[in-house]
Amino acid sequence: MSETTQNATSPHGSHASGDTKPRKKSKLEKAITSKTFWRGVVALAGFVVCWEILSSIKEWTGYDMPIFAHIPPPSEVISAWSEIFWFPGYWESWYLSTGRVFSGFIIAMLLGIPFGLCLAVNRYFYDIFFPPFEILRPIPPLAWVPASIVFWPTTEMSITFVTFLGAFYTIVINVLGGARSIDIRYLRAAQSMGATQWHLFSKIILPGTLPSIFTGAAVGMGITWEVVLAGEMISGGGQQGGGGLGFFIWSSFMGGTVAQVIVGMISIGIAGYLSSSLIRYIGSIAMPWRRLF
Amino acid sequence: MADQSRQSRGQISIRNVTKIYDPEGVNVMAVDNCSLEIAAGEVCMIVGPSGCGKTTLLNAIAGFHSITEGEIYMDGELLCGPIKPKAEQGADRMVVFQHGALFPWKTLAENVAYGPMVQGVMSKAKALDKAGHMLAEAGIGDMAKKYPGEVSSGMARRAEIVRALINDPKVLLLDEPYRAMDALTKSIMHESLLEVYDRTKVTIFFITHDLEEAIFLGDRVVVMTTRPAKTKVILDVNIPRPRGYQVLSSNQFRVLVEDAKDAVHEEAVKAFEAGERELA
Repeated sequence: MSETTQNATSPHGSHASGDTKPRKKSKLEKAITSKTFWRGVVALAGFVVCWEILSSIKEWTGYDMPIFAHIPPPSEVISAWSEIFWFPGYWESWYLSTGRVFSGFIIAMLLGIPFGLCLAVNRYFYDIFFPPFEILRPIPPLAWVPASIVFWPTTEMSITFVTFLGAFYTIVINVLGGARSIDIRYLRAAQSMGATQWHLFSKIILPGTLPSIFTGAAVGMGITWEVVLAGEMISGGGQQGGGGLGFFIWSSFMGGTVAQVIVGMISIGIAGYLSSSLIRYIGSIAMPWRRLF
Repeated sequence: MADQSRQSRGQISIRNVTKIYDPEGVNVMAVDNCSLEIAAGEVCMIVGPSGCGKTTLLNAIAGFHSITEGEIYMDGELLCGPIKPKAEQGADRMVVFQHGALFPWKTLAENVAYGPMVQGVMSKAKALDKAGHMLAEAGIGDMAKKYPGEVSSGMARRAEIVRALINDPKVLLLDEPYRAMDALTKSIMHESLLEVYDRTKVTIFFITHDLEEAIFLGDRVVVMTTRPAKTKVILDVNIPRPRGYQVLSSNQFRVLVEDAKDAVHEEAVKAFEAGERELA
């Protein structure tokens, strides 16, 4: 299956590159004609084929394959997906989870970046705020769920809060580490050239910390997806603040099929991948000097 | 540039300077009662064993570190001394760092324009324009819009010297700027630095391990003792300027290198033995 896809598209690919030879290839074209892209495609296809075979062994031979005998094959998952695909409820789950992830994540960025930078540049601030931060940090965001349901007036707010926590710690730690590891020679050079405190901060420390900020953001984004899903499973789809992909998986498990559960899981994989791609893309725009290689 | 004004600025006077580092009560004397007079417009080369305290001296002049005793003056004005252990950092003393310290997030032109911009002496557009001109003068004009990560280490180091020069400093402080460069790149760097010097006559305080480099570039070569550092020998290099590459094969040059080698070797052996003792 993988081979036919490759054969079908490769002549097209070479044709396109031949067409635009004198000019530079567009980014998309480069990506699609690259070996890395096709290796990825083949690997994914290979994975799906193996899964199909392993899950279908029982049907074909009667041998009760451990684990895999209980997993629906991809063909079944795809047919479940094509059914769900037309339900507005499925897309509403996407919408709700994405909204929670991004609101928690953006609040975490807005608070975490300045907080981390303050920790890095001000000794007093560090001495006062770092110890409580370090005590709160090991508490898993999910341990906050019951408490935050009590704190916040709506379930929606408590899920967002827990999501925020998931990203906040990672972002702060990365910003702090990044700002501290800025080469002192940059600061000295800038100061020698007459940089004011504000210039040091905005022109040296901030751009110098950007790579760490984006590393923290990418990791934090992953954590928010983990947290939001668990939060949704726990809070359930009650009258207020229900739904979301987490609840979708849970309700599929309780009342639907395993194939639907897997559809929900793959949806999260895709959503998470799209989110981190977005962050990488913003990172490459914000840090043109890192695009060199 | 105006040579007369140049000649009267950038004179450095290091008087009886001592620096003791005190990390957790372990006193380490890096510089011991060191005195050195550097004339305005001189190229003063500092050589000595690794870790002997050369950089400590440079850091004191630049204002990165305090000194424990003694005074340093520039053009008769106190930079640091008993009442003011740490000199203020300023654009009149520009440092070119060991592994290069161009800001990686700025293009070469933006790096060069940074000084005049933050000092508020030029608008951004004007500073960038001047940066472009100066980079072109240094032979790297077409690299102006590239990031430091995109150019070779030789070009980056040249740009860094341009970044220092745009501030019209009285002194250039260079801390082994051409370390870890291959011989060919190094020789190109030397020529371009000499070209800059002949044009600006800026005072240069240059730390190196490379004796041939020291003698080729310098008016004087100051050999430092192993830690704690003080001046051991000062060699005058009476090779007329402008100097070209023929100098390297001249007899005079060879003799000077041999003289310096003896002095440095002695200290290197001492430093090595001291290192062995410290490790034992």
